[in-house]
Amino acid sequence: MLSFVLRRLLIAIPTIILISVFVFTLQKLLPGDPVLAMAGEERDPQVLEYLRNKYRLNDPIFIQYINWIGNAFVGDLGISLRTNQPVLELIMEKLPVTIQLAVIAILIALVIGIPTGILSAVKKGSAVDYCANAIALSGLSIPNFWLGIMLILLVSVRWQLLPASGYVPFFEDPLKSVSVMIMPAFVLGTALAATLMRHTRSAMLDVLKSDYVRTARAKGLKEQTVVLKHAFRNAATPIVTLTALLFGELIAGAVLTEQIFTIPGFGKLIVDAVFNRDYAVVQGVVLVTAVGFILMNLLADVAYVLLNPRLRSSS
Amino acid sequence: MLAASSSSINSSLPVFSVADLNMRIAGSPTDLVENFSIDVFPGHTLCIVGESGCGKSISALALMGLLSPTEIDIRSGTIRFEGQEYPVSEAQNARHLRGDRLAMIFQEPMTSLNPAYKVGEQIAEAITCHHPFSSDEAKKRAIEMLAKVGIPAPAARFNEYPHQLSGGMRQRVMIAMALVNNPSLLIADEPTTALDVTIQAQIIELIRNLQKEANMGTIMITHDLGVVAKLATDVVVMYAGQIVEKGPVEAIFNDPQHPYTIGLLSSMPKLTGQRERLATIPGTVPTIQSMPSGCRFSSRCPFRAAICKEKPVARSFKNNHSVSCHFAPLDVILELSV
Repeated sequence: MLSFVLRRLLIAIPTIILISVFVFTLQKLLPGDPVLAMAGEERDPQVLEYLRNKYRLNDPIFIQYINWIGNAFVGDLGISLRTNQPVLELIMEKLPVTIQLAVIAILIALVIGIPTGILSAVKKGSAVDYCANAIALSGLSIPNFWLGIMLILLVSVRWQLLPASGYVPFFEDPLKSVSVMIMPAFVLGTALAATLMRHTRSAMLDVLKSDYVRTARAKGLKEQTVVLKHAFRNAATPIVTLTALLFGELIAGAVLTEQIFTIPGFGKLIVDAVFNRDYAVVQGVVLVTAVGFILMNLLADVAYVLLNPRLRSSS
Repeated sequence: MLAASSSSINSSLPVFSVADLNMRIAGSPTDLVENFSIDVFPGHTLCIVGESGCGKSISALALMGLLSPTEIDIRSGTIRFEGQEYPVSEAQNARHLRGDRLAMIFQEPMTSLNPAYKVGEQIAEAITCHHPFSSDEAKKRAIEMLAKVGIPAPAARFNEYPHQLSGGMRQRVMIAMALVNNPSLLIADEPTTALDVTIQAQIIELIRNLQKEANMGTIMITHDLGVVAKLATDVVVMYAGQIVEKGPVEAIFNDPQHPYTIGLLSSMPKLTGQRERLATIPGTVPTIQSMPSGCRFSSRCPFRAAICKEKPVARSFKNNHSVSCHFAPLDVILELSV
């Protein structure tokens, strides 16, 4: 198992290098000059030149890349051109917020998506199945921003049940922290729940047709045991993989929702950085996201192997 | 060649009887299985023979209660089993019998075990779901059962996953799982079809020994007449969803009455005498949409006549031998060397 993880980590290295090159060059291709954005109104060529030298923007692009990646390797992602804070510090400040949001969203998605998926597979073709599918389809089609705004309008403004925005660190006041996050997490979670439900349904439909499910029934097991133990255990493998990937996507993809609920998270950091042409921050954020995504992929692979005895013994 | 001898059938009561099972695909106008009635006696093996698609397996699944009522419409049929009587359509609810008194082994040992659980656990589960055994007792019992079906190092095999076992071993595990609660009826649906020939003989031998030991009634579904000759006490010949002939194994092999049975027997290769081309039955089984309205075999029957447009009724002869053919009993006893 350990050697399997190590092997996967080794495979991840070229991927990360490739991503870093990509991020770096893409950044350079973007229109707009960060130095101009920084200098603001003051367009004194001397000032511009000073800034260019200070941030080593006159170096050949290859050297700039080597400098950046070398520093990144030791945890130095540079200094924000905008706020003069170290990029890593900015990321470390915002990342936990988004991770908390993603965890709650995934939990909501699992709690809604998996039971409805199982139910609609077991009751295939019934009213329950059609309803679940209709709800899932609307969950997929309703845009996040609309659902977010509607929730704020109803729950916060009209009924005044939950705060509309803000953030409270989890370890300061867990209850309040979760109550602030529950609405945005719900917005993110419902869309994922729909995806999860549909995958669970099709995986379960596949498995329920299998010979070993028939064997389980022939043994005289309760239908509940047949479905939840014998069928779901085998259907769970692709679902676990999917969940890990969805989690990775959430870290980078909560941008819109974070904007609506004004959550000071990762998404907001990215948007602000792009608007301000804050190169160092954008590069750092994208790199961290990519690494996070690769780690989630690795986790998905490991989970896949752990759940599958056939792979477990061969790895 | 007829290894199993048929003892006097009337001496004991059947352990398992089905009367008048009729079922069809939900929404279809034609019955998939028609007037299916069988009796299985303790210690006897009833072989159901017939070509693929004749309704053998689906009848067995119906008796076990393993068919989905949304797909198959069971229109009539009554099961009498160990003094209880219930309609076949209710068999699905007979969970307390299934896997305990009434057990089944399947055709596909490669896919019939759950790949996610240890084989031993899967056997132990069959025990604990019917009997209040602790998991240690169940494990002990499962290991005993693995030893009984001829699996070497049973305690080590208990902890293995299905993919670590060969096809023959998996079928042994399936047999262990089916017989662990000492059922009084075993349904075996072509248990050797997916296995190598040498393994086939071992598995058949194993089933026969375990059955003798427990005096268990067995329904063996097969299209292998060699298996029939080796195991059967009674034979049921099915064609296109109907029982065309049934009776003690000697009667079927020595005095076949239905043209389909005759055709089946003459398609079996002989080991002695002149080698000839094997006889075949011309044509194929009609599909459910194009089923002849009278005798279902009439479209392929060499003796077809006008009367075959009408449905034949089962006629009984001496010694529980019955045939569904207008021309039975045959005046001339056909000479078949078996």
